[in-house]
Amino acid sequence: MLDFVIKRFLQVIVVVFLALTVVFFLIRLAGDPTTLFLPPDAPREQIEEYRELLGYNRPLYVQYGDFMYNAIQGDFGESLRSQEDALGIVLDRLPATFQLAITSLILALFIAIPLGVLSAYKRNTVFDRIGVGLTVVGQAVPSFWLGLILIFLFAAQLQLLPSGGGGTPVHMILPTLTLAAYSVARFTRFTRSAMLDVLQKDYIRTAKASGVPTMRLIMRYALRNSLIPIITLVALDLGVLLGGAVITEAVFSWPGVGRLLWQSLMNRDFPIVLAGVFIIALIYAIINFVADILYAYVNPQIRVK
Amino acid sequence: MSDAILKIKNLKIEFKSGKETVQPIRGVNFELKKGETLGVVGESGSGKSVTSLAIMGLLPERTSKIVDGEINFKGNDITNLKEKQYRKIRGNEISMIFQEPMTSLNPVFTIGQQLSEPLRQHRNMSKKEIEKAVINVLNQVGIPRAEQIINEYPHQLSGGMRQRVMISLALLCEPDLMIADEPTTALDVTIQAQILELMKNIKQENDMSLLLITHDLGVVAEMCDRVVVMYAGEIVEVAEINELFNEPLHPYTRGLIDSMPTQNTRKERLYSIRGQVPRPNEITKGCVFANRCPLAFSKCFEETPPVFARDDHLSKCWLQNTKEGEVV
Ligand SMILES: Nc1ncnc2c1ncn2[C@@H]1O[C@H](COP(=O)(O)OP(=O)(O)OP(=O)(O)O)[C@@H](O)[C@H]1O
Ligand SMILES: [Mg+2]
Repeated sequence: MLDFVIKRFLQVIVVVFLALTVVFFLIRLAGDPTTLFLPPDAPREQIEEYRELLGYNRPLYVQYGDFMYNAIQGDFGESLRSQEDALGIVLDRLPATFQLAITSLILALFIAIPLGVLSAYKRNTVFDRIGVGLTVVGQAVPSFWLGLILIFLFAAQLQLLPSGGGGTPVHMILPTLTLAAYSVARFTRFTRSAMLDVLQKDYIRTAKASGVPTMRLIMRYALRNSLIPIITLVALDLGVLLGGAVITEAVFSWPGVGRLLWQSLMNRDFPIVLAGVFIIALIYAIINFVADILYAYVNPQIRVK
Repeated sequence: MSDAILKIKNLKIEFKSGKETVQPIRGVNFELKKGETLGVVGESGSGKSVTSLAIMGLLPERTSKIVDGEINFKGNDITNLKEKQYRKIRGNEISMIFQEPMTSLNPVFTIGQQLSEPLRQHRNMSKKEIEKAVINVLNQVGIPRAEQIINEYPHQLSGGMRQRVMISLALLCEPDLMIADEPTTALDVTIQAQILELMKNIKQENDMSLLLITHDLGVVAEMCDRVVVMYAGEIVEVAEINELFNEPLHPYTRGLIDSMPTQNTRKERLYSIRGQVPRPNEITKGCVFANRCPLAFSKCFEETPPVFARDDHLSKCWLQNTKEGEVV
């Protein structure tokens, strides 16, 4: 088990390293940011001076080496706009993103798992068919569209909820619903198919043959087996929720990392973009790391060799 | 003569797949006497597993149906028992060992957790008592280190060990009837012999009746008192074990016996019955075996034979056509 943990941990480091490398070169393709910070008619010498100051005139591989060397020490440079520590700015926004993602995830799980189990148990009934239909719709609806619809309904028309901003629990309701909708649909479908798969297994027949009542059969024997794939999916989706909250955060002006990343990208504030990518990649990798360990925990075939 | 513990009368089972309906069990009759080991033999697809699942009340709910006939257990008709009542019988009065020991145990629960279940459902026992009973029964089926095994998971055990666990699962509530559906097919030969020996002993010690399903006549010869020969969803012959081997009446049974490999003589080529078991949707009029039968004559293709009886020896073949023996 320890071997397994160490190996997976090394993978976390590799993933983060690769993510930073890819993003570093990708944003350089978009050009360097100096022109954005100077007036359009700035003289050549001034641009050159500014580039030299920021180090953008050096060869790309030198810049990359320099960046990595500093990044390893947790130094992503200063924001080009506010001259504050880039990593610090990102970390300040992190709690808001976590708050939104975790709340959505919990909400989604509480709705999706019982719904998926019930749907599998009542497979091919009217209930199941309606459920499956809704999940298909739920997965197909883009989150920005759902977000706008919700704003239109609850903020503009009914004037029940604020359309954006952060701080109070009331502000969370719409973005949480928006972010959770997709996950509810996805987890419900997945739980249903995982349960259906497990319910026709030989060992379920064995349990039935031992006289186990239906409820116990489903809630204890079948659900435990289904949790193995569900945990993996949820873990993957938590990463998506965290990173992919970008659009939802933008729609609802939710002050999280997603919105910050989006704004910084627009401004070519590279240090913040890289610090943001670093944090999201790190979280994504750590979540998968934890998921694998959880997975090993519920699946003794991995845990006990 | 002891009483019958299980009587199957004219059992017919239908399966629905899509729009099509097939009847893989078409009028099956047999009795299992108290304390007896009854073998059910027949090629793959003849309906052995479906019959045994029907006895357990474990046929797939939505796709299958008992359309006619009766399953009578200890004098009660259990054919249309409510799920709640059937549950009280399963694992308690009737238990079953399945064909596939590798997949029949739940991979995420320990052996101990899974073995506790029948006692939990059917007996009023404390956790301590259950654990003791489980260790006891594991010892009975010859599993070493039972105290440790109960904390292990199925994948840590070999196939033979898993089948022993399955047997102990079936034994826990000391059932009156045990159904073993090809309990040794998935195991290698030396383990097969051990498991069969074990089942024989256990049956004697526990005073059970055993319904042993197999396609291996060698296993039948070793274990059974009487044999039911099944073919394509019908019973074609029923006989006491020695009688079956000495004087098989149905050409299908003869074919099965002739295709047995024997240890003493080295035949050039093993005999095999030509053709294949018809699928349930391929069955037409006449005898089900007619198209593969070396002795078939015109009547066999036209009319379904009734059951002819010679004392206790039943067979469903026109060659046995003597008016006085017909029981239909
Ligand atoms: N769930 C099902 N749906 C439809 N048809 C089925 C189902 N289960 C079994 N059958 C059909 O019933 C017939 C008998 O199958 P069964 O499994 O009882 O055979 P068997 O004698 O146990 O064979 P084997 O020796 O391979 O175990 C087969 O033709 C099979 O196709
Ligand atoms: Mg079978």
